[in-house]
Amino acid sequence: MSMDRTALRATALDVLHSIAPEVETDTIEPARPLRHQVDLDSMDWLNFLIGLHQRLGVNIPEADYAQLVTLDNVLDYLQARLA
Amino acid sequence: MIPFKLPSLGADMEQGKLLQWHVKPGDAVQRGQVVAVVDTSKAAVDVEIWDAGLIHELRVQPGETVPVGAVLATLLAPGEAAPVAPPAQAAAKPAVAIAEPIAAAAAAVTAPAAAAATRPAVSPSARRRAKELGIDAEALHGSGAQGAVTLADVEAAAAQRSAAAPADRAQAMRRAIAAAMSRSKREIPHYYLSETIPMARVLAWLQQHNEGLAITERILPAVLQLKAVGLALQRVPQLNGFYRNDAFEPATAVHTGVAIALRGGGLVAPALHAVGSKPLAQLMRELADLVQRARAGSLRSSEMSDPTITVTNLGDQGVEAVFGVIYPPQVALVGFGSVAVRPWVEGGELRAVPLLTASLAAAHRVTDGHQGALFLAELRDLLQQPEQLAAADGGMEKKA
Repeated sequence: MSMDRTALRATALDVLHSIAPEVETDTIEPARPLRHQVDLDSMDWLNFLIGLHQRLGVNIPEADYAQLVTLDNVLDYLQARLA
Repeated sequence: MIPFKLPSLGADMEQGKLLQWHVKPGDAVQRGQVVAVVDTSKAAVDVEIWDAGLIHELRVQPGETVPVGAVLATLLAPGEAAPVAPPAQAAAKPAVAIAEPIAAAAAAVTAPAAAAATRPAVSPSARRRAKELGIDAEALHGSGAQGAVTLADVEAAAAQRSAAAPADRAQAMRRAIAAAMSRSKREIPHYYLSETIPMARVLAWLQQHNEGLAITERILPAVLQLKAVGLALQRVPQLNGFYRNDAFEPATAVHTGVAIALRGGGLVAPALHAVGSKPLAQLMRELADLVQRARAGSLRSSEMSDPTITVTNLGDQGVEAVFGVIYPPQVALVGFGSVAVRPWVEGGELRAVPLLTASLAAAHRVTDGHQGALFLAELRDLLQQPEQLAAADGGMEKKA
């Protein structure tokens, strides 16, 4: 499955919104750490990654969690894995 | 006749508003069945019944607010016949007065039929939507033909409810938390202890455990911490239970209340049941489910009233340690800070090691610092033995 970055971003924000409904996803700054902008505990973060896994079919090994800090990181990672 | 009373769903609850019945007169109910939804100041809670029988009469209608202990409904024990309505009761409640002794099954048919005469018509789509939303359609003012309640009436009621709810709920929840915590600070003589726990072994074990697993099967470190609390309490049971009527009542199982922050403010601490005796994978599934339901507002009454101790984990916020306020009638609270790599001396060598600060707030009414210190030492030791935490029963029962 190949998706352009805009569609990928929309999917990621959609998943984020399902976990943190209070977040205005338009205001997310892509280069700032996501967890500084959205109140996500480790259970929420896991659910975010599970949501991405379910929507996109990308398996995200635990060893890769450390790379996923900002929204840009997440999109870069997903794009590389889906390419 | 067995009374079904509004249970206390936590020390901070004085009253509850009945939102919805899941049963009607004549329905057979089982022990543990969810029969009603009650709104506390904190959340809508699915209330379970702990007697089996046949629902006889629903005494409280959706929308009514009643104090803890009020009789919500009566039920007939298995085999019990519906009673002859005594004259006094008949006068007070003519709608449910039954002239002759009849079987409970017949009562089931009679009561709703009698009530239906005074209730407005509800369109099928309105009824369906109202049920989804937990609204009593028959209590609404109908705008349809001959006062019938329409889908639009239900949607309007729902919109009104959600518009009114957030501010009220936040305020009510804050008041309830303040009341419970004030009572705790006033009545419970707290003492506080803390211990720094090296986490390298348990995290390495967990990393290896999670490596081969699909993301949906992976376990969070918080689950290992909860399991360790459950096992440590089996060894120091004086911290697990309730203080009621000037006496400590030890609990037989460890039901840890898990403090869960709600989006939009406030918190609830529903029970994760029997944490010492469940496998990690099951605890992880149950914890995920509990967090999800706490935030969606669909907790069960036993989860609200059962916790024998509370565990709070503020590690995700990056604080080093948390010293909690005991939730009465419990007698202890365990707090976990974040796991952070810090300098640590082991075997005479200085190393960089991931460390966790665990704390205990406990009540002097039941224990002294000595028992508290034993508990934290057990907790520290258990967190050095991940294999033991992973065993289904923690290896404890076998030894005992």
